[in-house]
Amino acid sequence: MERRAFLKIAGGVAAGLGLTGIVSVKPARATPAEMQEAIRAVVGAARITPGKVKLELPPLIENGNAVPLTVTVDSPMTEAEHVRVVHVFTEKNPQPYVVSFHLGPRAGRARVSTRMRLADSQNVVAVCQLSDGSLWSDSAAVVVTLAACLEDGI
Amino acid sequence: MASALINVPPRAKRGEIVEIKTLISHVMETGFRRTQVGAVIPRNIIRRFVCSYNGAEVFSADLHPAISANPFIVFSTIATESGTLAFEWTGDNGFSVKETAAITVE
Repeated sequence: MERRAFLKIAGGVAAGLGLTGIVSVKPARATPAEMQEAIRAVVGAARITPGKVKLELPPLIENGNAVPLTVTVDSPMTEAEHVRVVHVFTEKNPQPYVVSFHLGPRAGRARVSTRMRLADSQNVVAVCQLSDGSLWSDSAAVVVTLAACLEDGI
Repeated sequence: MASALINVPPRAKRGEIVEIKTLISHVMETGFRRTQVGAVIPRNIIRRFVCSYNGAEVFSADLHPAISANPFIVFSTIATESGTLAFEWTGDNGFSVKETAAITVE
């Protein structure tokens, strides 16, 4: 075999191995269906209506390690009518369940903020449960340039 | 040693809604990362945060690995009476931090 031909084949085999190597070490990702399952596991089988909740996330994120998010719910926050709990879920993080905030009439205002990790460009969903038990949701699509969870530790 | 930063307005009018910001130093290790030799770094996160106003719980949160390192949480409460706001973070490996902040209601 000529040296040139040999190098071509060897290079191709090495590239192929490298590629499969990358695919096999890719971290486990949840899927939109798994997110729906996770939502159902947390809130039960009741109907979720879009509306009342407002999930604010920047549409484009440079660093997925700290994504600011704010959830606001349209509620008077009185003893009779208030937000009981706000859950946040993601489609493609390794675990779809992000956080739950437990509020009550003493919150005064249904508005909470935090910072979260995003493993990929994806939809984020906020689901809230009001004091009458009804469920409301909102979703936001986010584009992430540098994903969280991919960097190696020490 | 973990340290927490809490921002509560020192004084407020009765019935006013006050915004509370909390930040605590913590790695929030997800349990999904690996070292360079391939060993999984065990999970180490804060799982729960509770805020009580003069002993009554007014806000709490259940945290999961998708919360950023150094968890930052902003929420609000109604200034009902003068007293103390107590904050408690608990998590993996027996992590527990308690902080308090005073508020004067006029």
